[in-house]
Amino acid sequence: MIISVASGKGGTGKTTIAVSLALSLAAMADLPGKPLLFVDTDVEEPNAHLFLRPTIENSEPFGLPIPHVDAARCKLSGRCADVCEFHAIAVLGKKVMVFPELCHGCGSCTLVCPEHAIHEEPNQIGVIESGPVPGRSISFLRGVLNVGEASATPLIRAIKRKLPAGRTVIIDAPPGNSCPVVESMRKSDFVLLVTEPTPFGRHDLALAVQVAREEIGLPVGVVVNRDGIGDDSVDRFCRENNVPILLRIPMDRHIAEAYSNGVPLIEAEPAYKAQFLDLYRRIRQEVQR
Amino acid sequence: MKIAITATAPDLDATMETRYGRAPYFVIVDSETMAWEAKANPGSNAGGGAGVQAAQFIGAQGATIVISGGFGPNAYEALAAAGIKMFTAQGSSVRQVVEAFKTGQLHEVQAPTGPERHGGRGAGRGRRGASW
Repeated sequence: MIISVASGKGGTGKTTIAVSLALSLAAMADLPGKPLLFVDTDVEEPNAHLFLRPTIENSEPFGLPIPHVDAARCKLSGRCADVCEFHAIAVLGKKVMVFPELCHGCGSCTLVCPEHAIHEEPNQIGVIESGPVPGRSISFLRGVLNVGEASATPLIRAIKRKLPAGRTVIIDAPPGNSCPVVESMRKSDFVLLVTEPTPFGRHDLALAVQVAREEIGLPVGVVVNRDGIGDDSVDRFCRENNVPILLRIPMDRHIAEAYSNGVPLIEAEPAYKAQFLDLYRRIRQEVQR
Repeated sequence: MKIAITATAPDLDATMETRYGRAPYFVIVDSETMAWEAKANPGSNAGGGAGVQAAQFIGAQGATIVISGGFGPNAYEALAAAGIKMFTAQGSSVRQVVEAFKTGQLHEVQAPTGPERHGGRGAGRGRRGASW
């Protein structure tokens, strides 16, 4: 089973929930698909490693294939520029220019060139890293996008291709509701949306529910973090839209202090372990529904 | 000489648009005769690479000068490669901007004037700013 932890709004506690869920499940004797695989797809700002402290044993570069034009063969047909949806290749004056940071690496320009004047070379945009979490039955996998690169989605897609079948997987997704989040959620069995009970949390939660449930068609459930602050707008939204609230974590300074020291929630507050196991049980119920 | 000016509306007396790649219109003015025509910018709502697309479009209109509020790195590189000279102006009508250009009051741009603006390749985390 693959559980993606997302939120819409940033800073609601995705990593807190994902890490504690992973640590709770990894300790289960009868967890299917062991060892549990934890995947950090927040490639622009990955932070789950600060809590899980994996030993990174493998690191491989990831690059997008970027077109290179042989000026001697090019007859300036402009077909490459016409086919490129993202204007990453353009005929300007008597010259073909490539804008690598706009390129999605789809290869269309290479295919349509009547002179076969285009070939592709990988342009590294990040790395994919993996390794075990010492002392736990957890494997760790993450991507790290190079600073300044615009394109998280192809790197996330490459990470997702590495997911082995039959494992229990927890994906710590990036914030927001755009392509990197969609790519993180795709092919999951369940999307766990972590929110805070404020109008801001509710606003982005509604978008995240729309993306996960209406657009991708996945079952969703909500964790209300910092419960007790704000207002009742998240509760009302969930009631009116038939979104189950699966766990509530109250606003607690002790949890925040532990987080700021890189201590996972269930290590700072072991009493929550039963609640995370119950969360997993309810996720399984929702998936089987 | 044909000059392309970014414009908020398809008219010689429209306000100049300060955004280049995302401008709704280009008004193409012949600086000798002041004959003009307005063209909708095909890239005003492009997913990405609007500046590059606009450079190709302006070049295809036969303009050799473009006037706008500023030019980002991709736009600058593309326009420079197309042999189109860039000038900046601020807040007045297209007609006034052309007059200012003809009397030598505008500055030619020799380097990109703005930050890189991605968004075409699925950037756009919730907490990022503008995506054009």
